[in-house]
Amino acid sequence: MEQGRLDVRLPCALILQPALPSSVSLPPPGKRRAWSWRSQAFRGWVYQWLAVAVIVGLLAFLVHNTLLNMRLRGIQSGFDFLWGPAGFDIGEGLFTFDSAQSYAMALLAGLLNTLRVAVLGIVFTTVIGGLVGVGRFSRNALLRGLCRAHVEFFRNVPVLLQLLMWYIVFTEVLPDALEPWRWGSVFLSKGGLTFPSPSWGDGVAVWDVPFLGEFAVEGGAALTPEFMALLLGLTLYTSAFVAEVVRAGIASVPTGQAEAAMALGLSPRLHMRLVTLPQALRVIIPPLTNQFLNLTKNSSLAVAIGYPDVVSIANTAINQTGRAVECIALIMLVYLATSLSTSLFMNAYNARTALRER
Amino acid sequence: MTEPIISFEKVNKWFGQFHVLRDIELHVAPGERIVICGPSGSGKSTLIRCINRLEVHQQGRLMVDGIELADDLKAIDTVRKNVGMVFQQFNLFPHLTVLDNLTLSPIWVGGLAKKDAEEQAMHQLARVKIAEQAHKYPLQLSGGQQQRVAIARALCLKPKIMLFDEPTSALDPEMIKEVLDVMVELAQQGITMLCVTHEMGFAKAAADRVIFMDEGQIVEQAPPHRFFEQPQTDRARDFLSKILSH
Amino acid sequence: MTSSAFTPIAPRPAPPAPSGLGLWLQVNLWQDPTTRVTTLVLVALLLWIGVPLADWAVWSAHWQANAEVCHASGAGACWGVITEKFRIIVFGRYPFDAQWRPLLATALLLALLVASCMRIFWRPSLALLWLVVLALFAVLMGGGWWGLAPVETDLWGGLPLTLLLSSVSIVLAFPLALLLALGRRSNLPAIRSLCTVYVELVRGVPLISVLFMASFMFPLFMPEGMNIDKLVRVLAGISLFAAAYMAEVIRGGLQAIPQGQLEGAATLGLSYWQTQRLIVLPQALAMVVPGLMNNFIAIFKDTSLVTIVSLYELTGAMGLALNSDADWRPYKIEAYLFIALIYFVFCFAMSRYSQWVELQVNRGRQR
Repeated sequence: MEQGRLDVRLPCALILQPALPSSVSLPPPGKRRAWSWRSQAFRGWVYQWLAVAVIVGLLAFLVHNTLLNMRLRGIQSGFDFLWGPAGFDIGEGLFTFDSAQSYAMALLAGLLNTLRVAVLGIVFTTVIGGLVGVGRFSRNALLRGLCRAHVEFFRNVPVLLQLLMWYIVFTEVLPDALEPWRWGSVFLSKGGLTFPSPSWGDGVAVWDVPFLGEFAVEGGAALTPEFMALLLGLTLYTSAFVAEVVRAGIASVPTGQAEAAMALGLSPRLHMRLVTLPQALRVIIPPLTNQFLNLTKNSSLAVAIGYPDVVSIANTAINQTGRAVECIALIMLVYLATSLSTSLFMNAYNARTALRER
Repeated sequence: MTEPIISFEKVNKWFGQFHVLRDIELHVAPGERIVICGPSGSGKSTLIRCINRLEVHQQGRLMVDGIELADDLKAIDTVRKNVGMVFQQFNLFPHLTVLDNLTLSPIWVGGLAKKDAEEQAMHQLARVKIAEQAHKYPLQLSGGQQQRVAIARALCLKPKIMLFDEPTSALDPEMIKEVLDVMVELAQQGITMLCVTHEMGFAKAAADRVIFMDEGQIVEQAPPHRFFEQPQTDRARDFLSKILSH
Repeated sequence: MTSSAFTPIAPRPAPPAPSGLGLWLQVNLWQDPTTRVTTLVLVALLLWIGVPLADWAVWSAHWQANAEVCHASGAGACWGVITEKFRIIVFGRYPFDAQWRPLLATALLLALLVASCMRIFWRPSLALLWLVVLALFAVLMGGGWWGLAPVETDLWGGLPLTLLLSSVSIVLAFPLALLLALGRRSNLPAIRSLCTVYVELVRGVPLISVLFMASFMFPLFMPEGMNIDKLVRVLAGISLFAAAYMAEVIRGGLQAIPQGQLEGAATLGLSYWQTQRLIVLPQALAMVVPGLMNNFIAIFKDTSLVTIVSLYELTGAMGLALNSDADWRPYKIEAYLFIALIYFVFCFAMSRYSQWVELQVNRGRQR
């Protein structure tokens, strides 16, 4: 910037200036300092302080009442209960939990159970939902109709009801533990789905193969009916929404793309794979993330069918210790953390795959 | 008289109840360059889109390169491999680079090896004078550049017939010339061309025949010098006065 | 070739398109090898699942409300459970003799909902009608007025409860959602942050945690001695939850209003609130009606979760009806299917309506 010609910091901008050569570009003038009580800025300031005062006042009122009520009812507060013994068992999980371990470990076990069902659910629902969504564009009318029926059926019934129905199916339709259905080393009964799994014995990896014992199937790794009902119910329910998201994404690709692909002689399948789907993915990812989050949040309904996820265990903890505030806060924290991290991950993915423009 | 490469025989098409092509009779000789003009809604785009079966005609016979266009899917595929099309909206694939746009069809439909396809693509890009942009994405290019890439993409099929559907209508005025120059050069290389356009300068420079359509019919057809200087019908006169006056 | 003689051809009507069932089948199911294989595989699959299902549900099923017959035969569905338990499923624990009251209340509310969907009723007096009908609903169900015996909210259940929870929570949530959406787009940083935090917080947690809050924590929030009915607490929880989701939908509509509209309003001298009320909101809300309908459908389904906090709406009432009755307990699946059918009918109708509204709105915006 050229000094000396014009000092724009002086409030003399109204003084006529000598003509400048056209190649000089000037920085913008400094802010005026005039104040008005009727200005936008002042009003905005007032509104904001009002809003903050109202919110703070409300929160203070609620907190005061809460503390008072808790004292009156003899409810203790604090997170120290987390380190005391839980006093209940947890039926399934990634590690064995018995009643002597702490509440904190119990909640951790619950969290791992939630993640277990959420991750598997997300994978399966993407596959099923993706196939159903693409299937709605098939040339075969029967396939189109079935995909449409899948979406309408699973979308219009509440997820809790679907979970309860699958649970009934798994606990009443399946055979007793003593007479399981069997395919090779895989058993299916009211006790769950048992299958061979790798395990460590004497430092060597061996296959732990299940066999039919005296009272039940023993050995191997088992998936309980609760887990299977939850996984199946969540997957099918969310797959209907995923299918709709995929369908909307494919429909959003401009028809000109299809015409160009046809003019180039590409078959419908090649055209879907090379032209439509890559472009549709951009439109699909954000709402798809939303559906993943919905599936994770819906896994909290495990409390209704007895699967020990984090909400279920927190519920037991509330009933045993009465620490409602702490436990509910923990539940919310867990889900918020999951939501935020999934959003962050998907935003990063979205930014990376955006169409490059100038 | 050589066998026509495109031949319309009493072709009729309806969109619902709207009679968009009425008793079209048209024969195009190999290597002939035709410009189709007319008011909007006259059916010009529909006519050329019937040639590569992007639109389906309901009555009449349409033969392209000796193959009749009907419901036979394999025949349609064969025709499409021999007919290249350039669209008003370019319709380049935005998620692929320019080079990938050009090699897509030769690799996946033509069965060419990647190296051969790329070599061919670079040759076509050089032909439209845009070889240096091969590794850019379509949305990074200007409109004129995108349309030239679209022309190169169509040429990679080594088509016998090139169709142009208002190729310059979506371009800013300063970019129209670069695309028309490419089309004029192409016209001089012996390929059969059908071009729907309002650019009468191009018609005068490169066309063998100008066809004027109105309300779904071919109203008049003549070599350019005769069409522009002595239009025979009132409608053609009317149209020319509107577009040549400004 | 020139043509100097030109005779115009008049337009002719289109020839009738070849049709018929045979042709449709051929084109849609049998056109090329892949399609044929798919058709055959799907038909086989449908038969493999469908035939045993039809057998269970229809051919071997028992239709009388007689538990012994069902027990005796073993196979086949027992649809009698529905006729037998119908009133508990649909009306919950409401006193048996007074069930004409929830019936009337439900009919009134349904009529109101259907009327709200029809264009001729879209005027300001509709809001008044809503208040009147909801008040009537409360009086009919709760009693205590006009000689009706009082019935505690704990005993309200079944379909009336589902409808009440859905409609009232949406009505309460709407103004809050509007404020939140406007707040998120405000220029004032404090207001924008407050609204954003609220919406993101509520959208990040499952509804069940909000219901637990309503059930366990709201009593602690209230001043000493003040007891709020559980139904009211749950209603408040669902409304706060719904408001966050609706706020996002409305915000999408607000974002779609072009900047030029705001500039035009500014040049006319309109204030912020006038601009929102007269220019922005009418356009934005018209655009998001389908999205809001989706919200309503979602809330309608989500009311089933109040079962977990011991309010026995449709889903929970079924458990009530059958868990205590050993005769009918094995036939839960039939009862569940019945309830699923009720939900399906409601939700499907609402989604078709939403599609119709979307068409109407788009028609107005096409040239």
